[in-house]
Amino acid sequence: MRSTQQYFSDFFTGLKSLLKGMRITLGEFFTPKVTECYPENRATLKMFDRFRGDLTMIHNEHNEHHCVACGICEMNCPNGTIHIESRMEETEDGKKKKVLVRYIYDHGSCIYCQLCVRNCPHHAIEFVPTFEHAVFTREKLIEQLNRSGSKLAEK
Amino acid sequence: MFDFAVVTHWVDETLGNILPDSWVTTTEFVLVGISLLIAYAVMALGLIYAERKVCAYFQCRLGPNRVGPFGMVQTITDMIKMLIKEIIEINHTDRFLFNLAPYIVIIASLLAFSCIPFAKGLEILDFNVGIFFLIAVSSIGIVGILLAGWASNNKYSLIGAMRSGAQMISYELSIGLSILTMVVLTGSMQLSTIVESQADGWFIFKGHIPAFIAFVIYLIAGTAETNRGPFDLPEAESELTAGYHTEYSGMHFGFFYVAEFVNMFIVASVATTLFWGGWMPLHIPGWEFFNMVMDYIPPILWFFGKSAIMVFIIMWFKWTFPRLRIDQLLTLEWKYLLPINLCNLFLMVFVVVFKLHF
Repeated sequence: MRSTQQYFSDFFTGLKSLLKGMRITLGEFFTPKVTECYPENRATLKMFDRFRGDLTMIHNEHNEHHCVACGICEMNCPNGTIHIESRMEETEDGKKKKVLVRYIYDHGSCIYCQLCVRNCPHHAIEFVPTFEHAVFTREKLIEQLNRSGSKLAEK
Repeated sequence: MFDFAVVTHWVDETLGNILPDSWVTTTEFVLVGISLLIAYAVMALGLIYAERKVCAYFQCRLGPNRVGPFGMVQTITDMIKMLIKEIIEINHTDRFLFNLAPYIVIIASLLAFSCIPFAKGLEILDFNVGIFFLIAVSSIGIVGILLAGWASNNKYSLIGAMRSGAQMISYELSIGLSILTMVVLTGSMQLSTIVESQADGWFIFKGHIPAFIAFVIYLIAGTAETNRGPFDLPEAESELTAGYHTEYSGMHFGFFYVAEFVNMFIVASVATTLFWGGWMPLHIPGWEFFNMVMDYIPPILWFFGKSAIMVFIIMWFKWTFPRLRIDQLLTLEWKYLLPINLCNLFLMVFVVVFKLHF
């Protein structure tokens, strides 16, 4: 008698759970889809803020950056992606000072670990969420980050 | 309502005017065969596209959307790819049976396909034991699957084929009994008569409770019969790579693939014919204007609309339920579906004898 009862209760609970599953999947069928149709939605596509796409040097409106050419980023980079060219300059009061000439960043060997940005004492560089980096030769991946004519911002 | 027999008679007369009798018959055979094959191929392409779209929507994706508008050309390009692929000759197989198997599967499915009444007067095979013939030819496909598994000389293929054999032979019983339930109600096995007797109400409404139970059982057994999920353990890609068609390549694989999809359509269209009135429009007694409007929709649209809903339900099963184990599969059939089916047959006989149906 018990087994008969078990048989019928199994049947109906099974049927109920199947119908519940079907209701849930039907709900999923009609939910708006999350797929991004990439090249078509290029104008409206917004990458999330923390996406590490490209290393840039922060410049203010007077074309001034904060890089003191200390080379900490270069030392911290695990892949040797960053190369800093600097020269010594003498200020009016006779002090010697390092000045940035060129900040070279090789996109091709960057692993986007963000160690350079974390270790920068002056917050001179940051990652921006751009992502269309495809080029035809590797040489085009090597960029200069400081803009031409830019200089160190005064304190 | 448009009767397609007008077109066929016109073709027959036109040919009769220009050709001798024996040639007329031969030409008509060829014409029917060609149109059947074209319909079969187009149906398969449409179903594969529908399957991919429906599957994607259930998984919150968009599915094919690059080739052509809404990705509609995708399956055509896939077909071209499949046609020009090499059929690889495998060592240590039974060459003859290996090459024969896909043709058996496709011929079985094609024969079953030709029984379906698509619209008024648009049916190829129509004789007094039509539905019986349909059950018979659709189960020839299992021979092809068993041969494919056996001739491949591969453990996975053999296990897949044997599972498929056990599954199909079991579920054939449920399909047969649920169809028998409806035959009790109609009193005819001829598909055109079955459709015509639903002019004043579809059987799902006429036969009420037993018809509905038979419909649910038919749909479950039909899904199992076509080896689709959740009963896809003959293929079970996670355990058996691809089951019985592991060793097949090129168009030989394509035949299995196409036959699987068209079998799904056959199951759906038989469900439409038996339970939902075939190509008959929806008529509600007393609503004259409504019935007149419904009559203006061509029968072929009614048929394909209803079949599309059935196909959608079968796909819905596939993308909802997890795959059964082989013992669960056989338990479901022998301990649940078969007893319910027999009780239901008895109930239907009771209903028909005491005229409790509408």
